Amino acid sequence: MRSLRVRLFATLIAATGALWLIAAAWIYVGARQEVEHVLDTRLQEAARMVASLVASGDMPAKPKAGAPATLPALGGYERQLSCQIWSFDDRLVARSSGAPDQKLTDGGSGFSERVVNGEPWRVFAVEDEAKGIRVLVGDRLGLREQLVADLIKGLLWPAALILPLLGLLIWISVGRGLKPLDRIARELGRRDAEDMRPVDPGTAPSEIRPLTVALNDLFHKVERARRHERDVTAFAAHELRTPLAGLKTQAQIAAAAKEPAIRDRALKQILSAVDRTSRLVSQLLALARLDAEASRAAPETITLRAAIQDALELSRPAGSARVELTADARVATLRAPREPLLLMLRNLLENALEHTPPQGVVTCRIGSGGAALELVDEGPGAPEEELHRLTQRFFRGSAKVATGEGAGLGLAIAAAAAERCGARLVFENRTDRPGLLARIVFDPGQIVMEPAAAA
Amino acid sequence: MRVLVVEDDPLLLDGLRVGLGLAGATCDVVSSCGDAEAALATSTFDAVVLDRMLPDGSGLDVLKRLRAGGDLTPILLLTALDETSDRIDGLDAGADDYLGKPFDLEELAARIRAIARRGAGRASATLAWRDVTLDPATMTAARGGAPLPLSRREFAVLSALMERRGAIASRAQIEDRLYGWQEEIESNAVEVHVHHLRAKLGREAIETVRGLGYRMGDGA
Repeated sequence: MRSLRVRLFATLIAATGALWLIAAAWIYVGARQEVEHVLDTRLQEAARMVASLVASGDMPAKPKAGAPATLPALGGYERQLSCQIWSFDDRLVARSSGAPDQKLTDGGSGFSERVVNGEPWRVFAVEDEAKGIRVLVGDRLGLREQLVADLIKGLLWPAALILPLLGLLIWISVGRGLKPLDRIARELGRRDAEDMRPVDPGTAPSEIRPLTVALNDLFHKVERARRHERDVTAFAAHELRTPLAGLKTQAQIAAAAKEPAIRDRALKQILSAVDRTSRLVSQLLALARLDAEASRAAPETITLRAAIQDALELSRPAGSARVELTADARVATLRAPREPLLLMLRNLLENALEHTPPQGVVTCRIGSGGAALELVDEGPGAPEEELHRLTQRFFRGSAKVATGEGAGLGLAIAAAAAERCGARLVFENRTDRPGLLARIVFDPGQIVMEPAAAA
Repeated sequence: MRVLVVEDDPLLLDGLRVGLGLAGATCDVVSSCGDAEAALATSTFDAVVLDRMLPDGSGLDVLKRLRAGGDLTPILLLTALDETSDRIDGLDAGADDYLGKPFDLEELAARIRAIARRGAGRASATLAWRDVTLDPATMTAARGGAPLPLSRREFAVLSALMERRGAIASRAQIEDRLYGWQEEIESNAVEVHVHHLRAKLGREAIETVRGLGYRMGDGA
């Protein structure tokens, strides 16, 4: 049952029906006991009354010759009570009209049940020793059943009438309750892909409100992701068009210049610009790949030493600054997907080496109690207010801006790659001396200290 | 023609300086909003080439501030943002022209010449004095229809004088046209160029106004 309406309808009808049935069964059992009790009491009372009438002489105590006497009708229940007076010597003294001729019971005083003329009877007997008679009062059990059945019928008939009516009401009200959903669905159906306006919860009932809130939340997120993408695209366009413009200008100079010196200079500029631009393109591609990779690659176990070495081999040739590993870093093993790990280390190392003066040292160490890898350079560090922006795409620190170098993508790539490694990248300034500290915080267990690996 | 180029990409900046130089302009180059405003506050330029996205802000803001301050220097916006709406924003902010990257160097030079001569109140692409005509686009001069050979610097001095016919151009103003900041000014260069020009055009062509500068001769 996919339809909420059908499901609600069926559940409500089934529950209501079952409730009625249980109530009917309950009442049936209860009523039956009650009826039995009331009718038994009536039998007793009637028997005692007849007995007392006989005792007082209002009734014949001796059987007359011929037919037995006919007793006046007993009880109000339309002569359904039958009464017999028998002498101890088993002669029928008297009987009520409609009472069978056959003896209703053979037992002594008290209640008993017996089949007479094929019908079950319940009989109460009273014996009068003094008069030598036995008064038997009985009624048909079938009659009792009918009483109870009448009661139950009276209960079930209205139910049979009300239940469809109830069903109709439930059907209509559930339909009305679901209307706001229909309205929201229609509104969303009419939208085009660009429309990220929040859904108006309108008069939606509180049960549907979480849905609209969640939808609007989602819209907001999608919109933000899109805006981010647009920003990045606009930046990328700017960052690519500018070097292209430079290339074209230099090429036109080379073509137009009559002096060989100017032409040669322009050609050299073109060569270096092509290098810079192809680096920019590969950076943009690396970012796009990182963005596109939906899931994390399978982690591998790599010693930090090997990872740093591999990353350095991939890096741009640096100056005379070098990378040193502390003792704990030398024995550390990382558990992370290889590609993004190397990409992250490479970009961080390139950045650190670039800022470290000649003969300086970039230190690689394990920090934060074994949970983080730290790369520390001897460069000028970054202004505090720029630290958190270092990983923004196309953000160039104020020092970089002055030289016009770099596109501001290296650390953005490092941050995105760190995320793919399951790590987080944070920048701080060194406290002991000028310099930048890149801290890569891994999940517990991703960094393992393994003395054996040092061998 | 003296042009200020504001651009943060070093390669493009170099290309503009050299390229516009080949087209006959003297370029001063800066790469931030702050430097651009400082340059415009202290020197006079015939035109400005302004990049829109600069490291310390938007070229558009520089433009708005200049126009708000009453600066009338012709400005050409140069930018990678070249959606129609971006062009409209730029022109409405007070730019005289707008060119998207990448562009053609010759087109840029032509547009700069166009906004520069409009800024100087001229519509004609050529300069004329008596029977002498100068064509800044081709950097050629003619006298009575016959080609008049001039060196690059002579051409610059003559066009500086012919652009403000009748007005006096001081020696410093002429030097400004000849040299950017980076170039070292030779002490008597202007006198030497004027001397050469007089030799080619006749003594009365350029008058010396003692203590003030030079102007094109208006005597019959």
